[in-house]
Amino acid sequence: MMLGVLGGRVYDPQNGGDGEIRDIWAKDGRVVSPEEVDPDRAEIIDAAGLVVMPGGVDIHSHLVGAKVNAGRKLRPEDHRGAERARTGVFRSGSGRTVPTTHLTGYLYAEMGYTTVMEAATAPLVARHTHEELADVPILDKGAFITMGNNHFLMKCIRDGRREAARDYVAWLLGVSKGYAIKIVNPGGVENWKWGRNVGELDDEVLGFGVTPRQILETVAWINDELGLPHAPHIHGINLGRSSSARTTIEAMETLAGRRTHLCHLQFLSYGKGKGRVHSSEAAAVAEAVNANPEVTVDVGQVVFGPATTMTSDGPLQYSLHRATGSKWVNDDVEGETGGGIVPILYKRSNPINAVMWLTGMELFLLIDDPWRVFLTTDHPNAGCFTSYPHVIKLLMDRAYRLEVLESIHNRARKGALLHELDREYSLREIAIISRAGPARALGLRNKGHLGVGADADIAVYQEMDDKAEMFARPRYVFKAGELVARDGMVVADPPGRTFYVAPPYDPGIEKDIRKHFEQAYTVSFENYSLASDQVAHGEAVACR
Amino acid sequence: MTTMVEHIACTFCGCVCDDIVVEVEGSRIAGVRGACVVGRGVLDEYDPEVRRPVVAGREVDWEQAVGAAAAILNEADSPLIYGLSSTAIEAQRKAVKLADRLGAIIDTTSSVCHGPTGLAMQAVGEATCTLGEVRDRADLIVFWGCNPAASHPRHFGRFSLTPAGALTPNGRADRTVVVVDVRPTGSSKQADHFLQVNAGADFEVLTALRYLARGEDVEAAAIGGIPVSQLRDLVRTMKACRYGVVFMGMGLTMSRGRHLNVGELFSLVAELNTYTRFSVIPMRGHGNVAGADQVLTWSSGYPFAVSFARGYPQFGPGEFSAVDVLARGEADAALIVASDPVAHLPRAAAEHLEHIPTILLDPTPSLTASIAQVVFPTASYGLDAAGTAYRMDNVPIPLHRLFASGRPTDEEILDRIIEAVT
Ligand SMILES: [Zn+2]
Repeated sequence: MMLGVLGGRVYDPQNGGDGEIRDIWAKDGRVVSPEEVDPDRAEIIDAAGLVVMPGGVDIHSHLVGAKVNAGRKLRPEDHRGAERARTGVFRSGSGRTVPTTHLTGYLYAEMGYTTVMEAATAPLVARHTHEELADVPILDKGAFITMGNNHFLMKCIRDGRREAARDYVAWLLGVSKGYAIKIVNPGGVENWKWGRNVGELDDEVLGFGVTPRQILETVAWINDELGLPHAPHIHGINLGRSSSARTTIEAMETLAGRRTHLCHLQFLSYGKGKGRVHSSEAAAVAEAVNANPEVTVDVGQVVFGPATTMTSDGPLQYSLHRATGSKWVNDDVEGETGGGIVPILYKRSNPINAVMWLTGMELFLLIDDPWRVFLTTDHPNAGCFTSYPHVIKLLMDRAYRLEVLESIHNRARKGALLHELDREYSLREIAIISRAGPARALGLRNKGHLGVGADADIAVYQEMDDKAEMFARPRYVFKAGELVARDGMVVADPPGRTFYVAPPYDPGIEKDIRKHFEQAYTVSFENYSLASDQVAHGEAVACR
Repeated sequence: MTTMVEHIACTFCGCVCDDIVVEVEGSRIAGVRGACVVGRGVLDEYDPEVRRPVVAGREVDWEQAVGAAAAILNEADSPLIYGLSSTAIEAQRKAVKLADRLGAIIDTTSSVCHGPTGLAMQAVGEATCTLGEVRDRADLIVFWGCNPAASHPRHFGRFSLTPAGALTPNGRADRTVVVVDVRPTGSSKQADHFLQVNAGADFEVLTALRYLARGEDVEAAAIGGIPVSQLRDLVRTMKACRYGVVFMGMGLTMSRGRHLNVGELFSLVAELNTYTRFSVIPMRGHGNVAGADQVLTWSSGYPFAVSFARGYPQFGPGEFSAVDVLARGEADAALIVASDPVAHLPRAAAEHLEHIPTILLDPTPSLTASIAQVVFPTASYGLDAAGTAYRMDNVPIPLHRLFASGRPTDEEILDRIIEAVT
């Protein structure tokens, strides 16, 4: 299968492209040089006057798995009126903020996204995650494995066995077919099983005598030792609290010099405001990000409207339930993690929500290097991924941003730094924060760019003044050289791949893990692992 | 020659015990170790003989049977797909795909057991945990309207009564066990406290417990047949424990009040988290009924009773649940997967199945097989087919293939039917 996307204005920041007119040729799913293609036999797209970008890459989204599916089950009211009918070979689906699996694949593709990472999977239920991933068409994807409250890991840290911890993490990623280390509220989720939490990096994890700081330092070291393609993907302590900006900056200091990804940073950049309304500390947090070149972040921008919060951060979800009175799901997972779900409605007229919105915007505008700040809504926590075009408009269009700013609650608006931030993102910068940057941070060498050898994942847009409209309905979307969406509607649904890592480890560790299993788990050691043929279209990505 | 195969999962009940040893001799099971009486029975009774599919009482080849099934479904205006709780995820995925393709109604046995639990969860949420947390942390266990001693024979030994766990090193001695039920049962005999509730009075008792837990007084000597002093003691025990877990069953879901009973319990459990940690786990019956909920939810957004008749998924318990659709005579064809509705559904529903063309995929002979127009004697997941089942706490457990039998799987047959329907 051959393809030529000709004469478009190409935004390919990885290869220096900033809207130059360029032809993109593809063959067998990859971008190739023109000599390799017989133009008479290729599908030719006349892209003159159109904007050409690599397919979008989402570095943090809760799209499948135990928690997401509990969220779907919890919210029939989210699906009613948000259905899509079956057409031809395309499956029906439903869900406004937590869409069903097939619909999720279609909606991402229709927006020009072709690669998406599932942000949190407990290894005990990784099999479930992969079963759902098999039902998400079109997209290439991977799953991050939660480890920040893992008993075996914490015991290794307590006993000073760093190498054992490293070998365990390598084993765990391999058997759960995960792509990266995920840390969620290190130690805090374990403490929640005692009805408590952690508030400081040096607080004790009950029953283990280790601290959040030790957990963070250890996994950052392990990540470098194993040479994993992505950094440890960290949701820190104190999410949503007024102490979060302080401990976020402390964590950056602790991890200085090591690769680190801090996810949905907006939720972790607050200070003490008046009463229950926090203040945005985006300026201080952005300054710390700017000063720590190894750090990448994604924002988790709040979008006004309905959302479904779901994290492995059990105590956070409980406090959200108490604060909002909304229905609440909690799930404590043996020896590994926990989690919760609470539906939410973000309102402009709510000062707390308004500050959250501001904080995200300010982070986007104050972090200098677009290669280190990525577009996410922490789907579906701060908003649905289908809001990305709207967020792009906020970033590219200062007048529109000020309009929204004028509409939010007084208490948040007054004195907000955002009034003074004139920056407008360029198309090139949008291509970085939604494609090139996250692909580079994930270590996916064939994603996020259109150089020779890259996957032929291509999104072609009609430039419009209204950037939300422009990005919501690409003219053409190609996945591995195949047209999958046209004018914002899916036209083909090939299966996507699942990326995972399988770092080598000292097999001696398995004896210890087996012993741990007999005491700590209710499933057999043998039944915990996923074989590579149990992952749909699995593809191992090499470690360093 | 016999081989010992270890770590085999039993799908008889929602415990999905995966520590069973099976002695395999060719395509025969020569011995079973570690299973409970019921699970052992299921394995022992396994009949490896490959039977041919049946259409209208006559044995035919597989291709003909697929053709006959497709013809029935093509002809139908309002087909029903039902059962699914005793087959694997892989087949459940295909069943939903077929329902979507046909514009059918699809429902699982959930609607006649824990359907109300799903409705309660949608209303108030659910604070829950995995069974390992129960074993390792829980020092207070409450069984409400369920009798695991009979229905889930290894539940006590593996999770909830006797095993030693990280924070319960002395097993039974480290746990307080309470049973609430309308009559004494095998489970209540093993409890520290048995509270006998009047039939149909669970809701009142649960409401009283919520009041008492909030520190409000209840002005009555007894509620639902239980002295209020006993309820006060129970609330005190609940608030004082380290980690409490309630297991609830059909005594709550299928008695007067149904989803309201469960919602009241789920609310009580959520509120107890103000004082200590508390979880609830629905005692799911069939081996993969939890998986059926999962697959339907990730494909349609809803856990059971889904209609694709309008081209998109609609949720309608009471409207699209199999019992109601059949009893009202609305389905004009049925495809049953791994279930015996003729034996288990109310009479009006079962009778309607005899009057419409019914297709059955099931490894074991059944009453439904005796009335079905088309019968596919398929492979048994966990014996001669591999797949996945979800335990009652939604932990996925792999089912291994012990031997090749030559029987096709539900997944393969459903796939061929999907290919054949228009
Ligand atoms: Zn997240």
